[in-house]
Amino acid sequence: MGIQFKQETFRDDYTFSNSPEAIRRFPFPFDRDEYMYSVNIEQHMPGPPKSYVEFPIDIDEHYVSEMRDRAIVLKEDPLRCQSLPHMLPAEWDLVELLMDSMSKHYPEHFQLTKDGDRWHWVNQPLGIDQTFTFGDTATLPCPPMEYITRQCQGDFALLDQRQDNLWMDAGIVTTQADWSLDFDIGMNFMEWHGPVPIAHDIGVFDRALKFLLNLQQGRPVRRLNWTMTINPRLDTSPENYHKWGQEKATVTPENVGDKVHLRVELQALWRLPRSNAIVFSIRAYLISMEELVTIPKWGRRFPRILKSLPEPIANYKGLSRYREMTIDWLSKYDDGQPTSPGFFPD
Amino acid sequence: MTTLSDIKSRPIYAGLKVDEYARRHLVAAEGEGARAVIEAFSMAPEALDRTTILYCPGGSAGQDHETALADLAPDLIHVAPSIETLLVRLKGMLNTATMGTRLYATGTEGFIGQVVAAAVGFGVDHHSIFTEHRGSLARRVQCVHCKGMTDNVTATPFTCSHCGLTLFVRDHYSRRLGAFQGVCVDAEEPGVIPPAEELYK
Amino acid sequence: MSGGVEILVRVADIEQATATVRRFTLAPLSGEPLPVYSAGAHVVVTMDDDGHRIRNPYSLISRAQDGSHYRIGVLKTPNSRGGSIYLHEKVCEGDELVITMPVNLFPIVRTGRKHVLVAGGIGVTPIYAMAEELRAASAPYEIHYAMRDASCGAFADELVEMHGDKVRLYRDDAQEVIRVDAILPHQPLGTHLYVCGPEGMIDAILAGGRKAGWPVENLHSERFLAPMGGAPFSVALAKAGITATVRSDQSLLEAIEEAGVDAPYLCRGGACGQCETRVISADGELIHNDHYLSDEEKASGAKIMTCVSRLKGRELVLDL
Repeated sequence: MGIQFKQETFRDDYTFSNSPEAIRRFPFPFDRDEYMYSVNIEQHMPGPPKSYVEFPIDIDEHYVSEMRDRAIVLKEDPLRCQSLPHMLPAEWDLVELLMDSMSKHYPEHFQLTKDGDRWHWVNQPLGIDQTFTFGDTATLPCPPMEYITRQCQGDFALLDQRQDNLWMDAGIVTTQADWSLDFDIGMNFMEWHGPVPIAHDIGVFDRALKFLLNLQQGRPVRRLNWTMTINPRLDTSPENYHKWGQEKATVTPENVGDKVHLRVELQALWRLPRSNAIVFSIRAYLISMEELVTIPKWGRRFPRILKSLPEPIANYKGLSRYREMTIDWLSKYDDGQPTSPGFFPD
Repeated sequence: MTTLSDIKSRPIYAGLKVDEYARRHLVAAEGEGARAVIEAFSMAPEALDRTTILYCPGGSAGQDHETALADLAPDLIHVAPSIETLLVRLKGMLNTATMGTRLYATGTEGFIGQVVAAAVGFGVDHHSIFTEHRGSLARRVQCVHCKGMTDNVTATPFTCSHCGLTLFVRDHYSRRLGAFQGVCVDAEEPGVIPPAEELYK
Repeated sequence: MSGGVEILVRVADIEQATATVRRFTLAPLSGEPLPVYSAGAHVVVTMDDDGHRIRNPYSLISRAQDGSHYRIGVLKTPNSRGGSIYLHEKVCEGDELVITMPVNLFPIVRTGRKHVLVAGGIGVTPIYAMAEELRAASAPYEIHYAMRDASCGAFADELVEMHGDKVRLYRDDAQEVIRVDAILPHQPLGTHLYVCGPEGMIDAILAGGRKAGWPVENLHSERFLAPMGGAPFSVALAKAGITATVRSDQSLLEAIEEAGVDAPYLCRGGACGQCETRVISADGELIHNDHYLSDEEKASGAKIMTCVSRLKGRELVLDL
């Protein structure tokens, strides 16, 4: 039967919403009541059926509308998709990874047939039917990374490995939490994490870099990261901050449930075979406070998390302006009962 | 040499020292960077007959550093009227340069950034470029909204010289652009602009 | 599984490439194509020699277009702990082996404008793959390959056939040596050099590179160390609550594995850092043989790379 794709918007009239099934599979990122900074990297192994980690690349009911939103962003600002010249082998690696995974796990929507280097790709939800020669850029309508990531949910960065560091030398970034690919492209691992508070001082990035330099083919890893967004806007880019920033001031005690969204990123990293590069995928999920509290455990836990969040982290995530109001609104869903350990709904 | 703050994305300017093994020394200097060149190369006079100096007086115009540089008697010294013209000549030289050429860059941070970015375009690893910051702490800033560059920014917030937005200077540096990031300061409450602070003199 | 995903292969062909080097063609048992890899990568081969488990890294020479086989080259080293002798003397066509997924600790720097590849002896194996990748990418490169004598020519003949006048050969018996001072001065800016071969040759080439004024950032080498034997000692694994003996012919890591503990590793050659382990106590001197820890870290005695390093003393206590 496949996925029922929704028609919705992530801008202007903001018609985005989650179905009850989408709420239940939301990647709620807190396994305890108190906020703790952690890198929490784990193997990107298949999770339970219907969960967001059932398959390595998660396609959900928002797929078609998210791809439409990405096309709008790229039309307005082509610099959101860039690749330095030496990254072409990594771009093809990404084509292979995404086409293989999508066609294997969602065969009712995507089909891939290979005859040597001659590949035939069918994307039914987006109405695409493409025959091309793997490795020959001139046989695709646009460069390989852009081609496939216009058809896959999530932002992607390609990291070149040289001189014992990782260099963000290509990417497509249209659903980001306030960082600029155009500014960060060409930076190494330490540099692009520069603005993140606290973590540098406790050695988090040194350890993470060492871990990733030895990331192996066939053993991808993942972690969750989170922030909050006003309105279900995917494009919270610095480029357009002067356009969406004002929305942060529109939160009132009456509209918290509808306007304030928890935004969770499923970040996954794979070693790529031809290029020895790493692909860093950042897949954003949004859930409104109204939707969140339909899971009683999350309704109790999330205000407790917000209360325990250190000020520098709240500032870095840009949620100081509406944190108190959100805690107040959520507190009617927190009866003080203990919560069960772990991420998942009871 | 100036010690700069703890910004992770900002390069470390470790100071000029002459690479004794280099077959050719290619030196790009701006303004007060002339002093760093004189200090480093007067310690290694045997290197001077293999040394090319490209110098732009920039912010130190009128102080006659070019004469002091010429007194070092390098193989070649070229005084450029502007950073742009210096970069044109530098790129021409890099295009035909061979391995064994050591590149040096010194002057304001914006100048060093542009030299490093030019060299990276010719396959030079930026770690192999010896750099020293001299002169003003003024920053070169890219507006994240319109992508326009504004040179010699000394205060935050400031007005973007291209799109006119009022920008806060973020402590985040791009080597590729040779610039800091400027972000709209009143995006959340238009018109509410904090007083400018002179931080980068 | 600490070394990653494993692949079962069958030895499809054995070829005596030179007097001391055998090339093994490895085909996947499953029939699924072997993974694509980037040039410079190696696999770790697991061998079971009469109950002694030996794991050695070997650079990948080539992969069939359709993934139906890999080739590795193995030099017979008489003073090894047995890995290469096992492969030379006991492994036959049709035998099964276990290999890891490819790992690359010697990658081509793709931002480079030209690439100078230098190989000595068995060090030709990663260089062979790098040359092929550069040729396929139409990138500028040249190859310098030093070998003992004409009988070592199996790799040389193939390199010349594939790369023509980009290959320069040097024969020890004809007193031909790689003249770094002649090769390096006129290379275009942005050239990178890669060297793999005997320890002394690597040192000489890198020193020559620096003398020619090349920045260290443009000089790359791969040194795989075979774990050196030594006096036996005892190792106590604090977390596992196990004590084992490290025999003189096995590495610390092999002894840990033999004791049933799944310790981390990747290259098994002292290069990647994956097997770094905290030392709780050591009554004796740590013999650090790796290229990973800094001199300060080695001196501190707080860490050891279990794949190639050992203890000169009685007992080592590790945080494992």
